[in-house]
Amino acid sequence: MKKTLLTTIAALALGTAAMAEPVKVGIASEPYPPFASPDAAGNWVGWEVDMIGAVCAAAELECVITPVAWDGMIPSLASGQIDAIMASMSITADRMQTIDFSNKYYNTPTVVIAAKGSGILPTDEGLAGKIIGVQVSTVHQDYAQTHFKSAQIKLYQTQDEANQDLVAGRIDATQADSIALDDFLKSDTGACCENVGSVADDKDILGLGVGVGLRKGDDALKEKFNAGIAKVIADGTYEKVSAPYFASSIYGG
Amino acid sequence: MLEALVDAFPTLALLAYEPPGWGANLLRGLVNSIQIALGAYAVGLIIGTAGAFGKLNGGPVTRDLLAIYTTVVRAVPELVLILILYFAVTDLVNQGMVAMGYARVQISGVAAGIAVLGVVQGAYSTEVIRGAILAVPAGQLEAARAMGMPPLKTAWRITLPLMLSNAIPGLANLWLIATKDTALLAIVGFAELTLQTRQAASSTKAFLTFFLAAGVLYLLITLVSGVIFGRIEKWARRGQRGSGAGT
Amino acid sequence: MTDATLAGDQAPKFWQTHRIIMAAIAVALVLLCAVTLRWDWLPKYLPLIGEGIWRTLWLLAVTTFFGFLLAIPLGLAQAAGPWYLAAPARAFCTIIRGTPLLLQLWLLYYGLGSLFPQFPAIRESELWPYLRQAWPYAVFALTISFAGYEGEVMRGAFKGVPGGQLEAARAMGMPRLTILRRIWLPLAIQRALPTLGGETVLQLKATPLVATITVVDIYAVASRVRQDTFIVYEPLLLLAVVYMVITGIIVLAFRWFEKRVPSRVA
Repeated sequence: MKKTLLTTIAALALGTAAMAEPVKVGIASEPYPPFASPDAAGNWVGWEVDMIGAVCAAAELECVITPVAWDGMIPSLASGQIDAIMASMSITADRMQTIDFSNKYYNTPTVVIAAKGSGILPTDEGLAGKIIGVQVSTVHQDYAQTHFKSAQIKLYQTQDEANQDLVAGRIDATQADSIALDDFLKSDTGACCENVGSVADDKDILGLGVGVGLRKGDDALKEKFNAGIAKVIADGTYEKVSAPYFASSIYGG
Repeated sequence: MLEALVDAFPTLALLAYEPPGWGANLLRGLVNSIQIALGAYAVGLIIGTAGAFGKLNGGPVTRDLLAIYTTVVRAVPELVLILILYFAVTDLVNQGMVAMGYARVQISGVAAGIAVLGVVQGAYSTEVIRGAILAVPAGQLEAARAMGMPPLKTAWRITLPLMLSNAIPGLANLWLIATKDTALLAIVGFAELTLQTRQAASSTKAFLTFFLAAGVLYLLITLVSGVIFGRIEKWARRGQRGSGAGT
Repeated sequence: MTDATLAGDQAPKFWQTHRIIMAAIAVALVLLCAVTLRWDWLPKYLPLIGEGIWRTLWLLAVTTFFGFLLAIPLGLAQAAGPWYLAAPARAFCTIIRGTPLLLQLWLLYYGLGSLFPQFPAIRESELWPYLRQAWPYAVFALTISFAGYEGEVMRGAFKGVPGGQLEAARAMGMPRLTILRRIWLPLAIQRALPTLGGETVLQLKATPLVATITVVDIYAVASRVRQDTFIVYEPLLLLAVVYMVITGIIVLAFRWFEKRVPSRVA
């Protein structure tokens, strides 16, 4: 009896070791179209969600998508509630002090949008005396606080709320990723506003692109994700996933 | 008539049960909210009963520690407590597991939410139950002791029933606090009703519709709970003087 | 009647042995935290922290004051008003107490905010500078929330004032408004004072929610520190200490008030 029990347990343990425990991939619980947003049936859809599926399949990992509040993302990773972050988080030197990143899987410019005909430019002079809204805990917040010192900066929990306040006229401009803002400008409510241009680049603050966030020292998982990303790019899955969303590749330089 | 209403307010169609209506999502969030509220309430009651007995019958150190617990929890905002406990609890548990050589354990969002809100509810429950026990007429307890009733029997047959009728209003209030505090879990990203509402509102831009719908759902919980607790209070007060006729 | 107050039967003194040991442990813990945890961010953020504390305090003061002013007619209407005043007051209190404050805040800020683009005339109006900012919504939501809860408390307080007092005043021919001003209202406030103290503390604990609509109170400042530096616990610990200190002040202030009013009024 004891022998059968031990052998069963050993078999199960070996079996599960071969299967590997699921990797909890954190995404932001607030909608961020077209990268990740919930649909009416409660499922998460979007380019980033599809990319998570593709990269995990290529890396032979079993990934479980776990929505986490954006400003609790890094603490959740550090405390083990999630194992990886794939929530459009940019690779910056500041963040690299606390967490590790995989190689990038996309890189898009940062733009500022404002109400049509406002005459705002994405520079410190162009925003002097205006109110610019940014999402907390993002490179855009860092950038605005460093470069747009003569503007008044309002911090929002989600980019969506900043967009809403732009439509409502409470803020004059908002800065974020060009793709997310393009998606907003194409929507009904975004008809009020226009893209006033990209901000001057600052690699230290804006980072080197978006990568998978991992716990410091979790090199095994980092290798797996890097392998998965490389495979997805090499065998054309990247283009296949991006085709329904974007006209051209967003991998960037 | 429903069609006329939807014609007048087209965004009402978004509340439909089937996609592209978000009704099912909201109801799922509602179920989650009620689940967490029930769990937290139960945990709070257990902690509260233990805490009340500790405060009344425990030694001086126990009493002081419990006083610190209730004071700190009642002085610090739930939001701050939720954040501290949400990250601290999982962090400590995982560090403990790793130190003891086990793999990291995953604490589900529901469990963490219940644990955190339960701790908060426990502090308030302790005070409510302690006040209710103190309000039990001393004469009843003395009579029980004079008749030689063992302490456990006294607690079960005398203290508990009399205490309940005093405690029900406070406990009903605590239940409502529990249901409304689940909304705070939206800030840590847990998928309960308020977060689902915000997601739906953000995705469809129909803010007023969804927030008002969520408000109606919370009001329903409140009203139904009020009726249920009213019944419970009537049952608990049965046989007591001044309960039936005057009210 | 036996003399129950012998010399040794005074109330136990506060500083018993176990309390001294616990206090020593607490001081040791605080020193340990001060030395081992990371506090290097404090000097840089001190002005912001000061601003946050100030904003929390004035939000608390303004909303409790106006909320209480609003609660008095709400309670009075339910205690003594005709049905067409009592019913709306009751409905208001039920709705406010039945829905989470977070939802009310978001409904006001984002719900109303979504109406602005549909009515361009609002942007030209006088109110626009206020509708643009976030703090008026925070003040409004917190005020009506406090009024909703206190309306219920004042209803109980008004009803609980001994009827004999009011009848005596009426019998002496006092006009109704004078009765309200001199007898009913002061006695009701006296009855409600302990509860009001607790409710003020609850209002303090409700203020962090305004951070979600971009009002920068002390919680928002702590969040910002956490996000800028990625330090998880220390800002939250400081936040807890700040709130405990403010709560202590409120409790002491209300105890002082309660001592000043006579506690047994027949």
